[in-house]
Amino acid sequence: MKLLTHNMLTSHVKGVTKGYPLLIKATEVKVNEVEFNSQFVSRMIPKLEWSALVQAAEGLGHLEDLPAELVADYENNEEFLKKVHKVLLEVEVVEGSLQCPESGREFPISRGVPNMLLNEDEV
Amino acid sequence: MASGRRPEHMAPPEMFYNQEEAKKYSQNSRMMEIQSQMSERAVELLNLPEGQPCFLLDVGCGSGLSGDFLSEEGHVWVGVDISTAMLDVALDREVEGDLVLGDMGQGMPFKAGTFDGCISISALQWLCNADKKSHSPPRRLHVFFSSLYSSLSRGGRAVFQLYPENSEQLELITSQAMRAGFSGGMVVDYPNSSKAKKFFLCLFAGASGVLPKGLGGEASDRNVPDTVQFSGQRTRFKNLKGRSLKKGKDWILDKKERRRRQGREVRADTKYTARQRRPRF
Repeated sequence: MKLLTHNMLTSHVKGVTKGYPLLIKATEVKVNEVEFNSQFVSRMIPKLEWSALVQAAEGLGHLEDLPAELVADYENNEEFLKKVHKVLLEVEVVEGSLQCPESGREFPISRGVPNMLLNEDEV
Repeated sequence: MASGRRPEHMAPPEMFYNQEEAKKYSQNSRMMEIQSQMSERAVELLNLPEGQPCFLLDVGCGSGLSGDFLSEEGHVWVGVDISTAMLDVALDREVEGDLVLGDMGQGMPFKAGTFDGCISISALQWLCNADKKSHSPPRRLHVFFSSLYSSLSRGGRAVFQLYPENSEQLELITSQAMRAGFSGGMVVDYPNSSKAKKFFLCLFAGASGVLPKGLGGEASDRNVPDTVQFSGQRTRFKNLKGRSLKKGKDWILDKKERRRRQGREVRADTKYTARQRRPRF
């Protein structure tokens, strides 16, 4: 699971109003090289929850010196976009789990695939 | 299609797509070709801005065949599927998109405004089945469509290729989609052919758009009047004057085209096609 996907995932357990951001408990992390596309990264930045991304990257130990606040005029800052690209698309959680901040429900991750299936009473 | 052959009547999707069935999706070249053709058409219907990499959702991504096409076009995608066997095949094929194990009927677990578009190939009809006692198809469809609506950005589109079983099922699907806030409708490709006919449900989130036209539909549009003509006369088919419908030039050209699509050997169309033979004595 890439951190881009993590930034978009929410917990959809019944009764949870703000199941975001999910807490990552990783046991295995890998870095996979992906082709850099500056247009895509700068298009995705406004959609991201920046604080959640920084928190997740820090937790995995792949912060890449990202600032706590989003820098202004990032579209033309190629160096910054490359760092964001690395964190968003190259760092992957292979094994571990995601925890809902509100209900504490854990969603296991195996082979990089988070299991978001709910039990019948959680729908 | 005979009802006994519909896969959604045999078992729930997480059971039906077991290892054996999943293997077909990486080995059977005919299946793979059809899947990628349908994804190509679905992406065309999405009408994404030219030359802009988009963030897309693939519902029922399976082994990632449709996703491969999205990656080729330069888009980044996330796939959701309920079958672990199919996702394992996707992992073995090293697809570029990110995969999530999830059930459509439980809603899409993504935050609002995430995706620029959504495609889904042959997955929606699975939602119309109640595989467990607790399943209610209208409710599951509603949960799916409303969570999908919120996870799309304004002006985003969702295109579903599906095999509807009957008109009631189609109506159930579209009415639930409209209730969730979508606008749009059905696009039917090749409505005159029983094999090449494909149904696409095109939905718009927020902004209303113009529904694209289906492929190969010109012939049927041409001679369908708005109102049914009434005449008191009884028609006697036996005494009908002129040649039967099945011998006209249009019908023959249409049939040759159908045969060609099936990959059969068909003579080329010439000026002699559908002409009568000269009389012999």
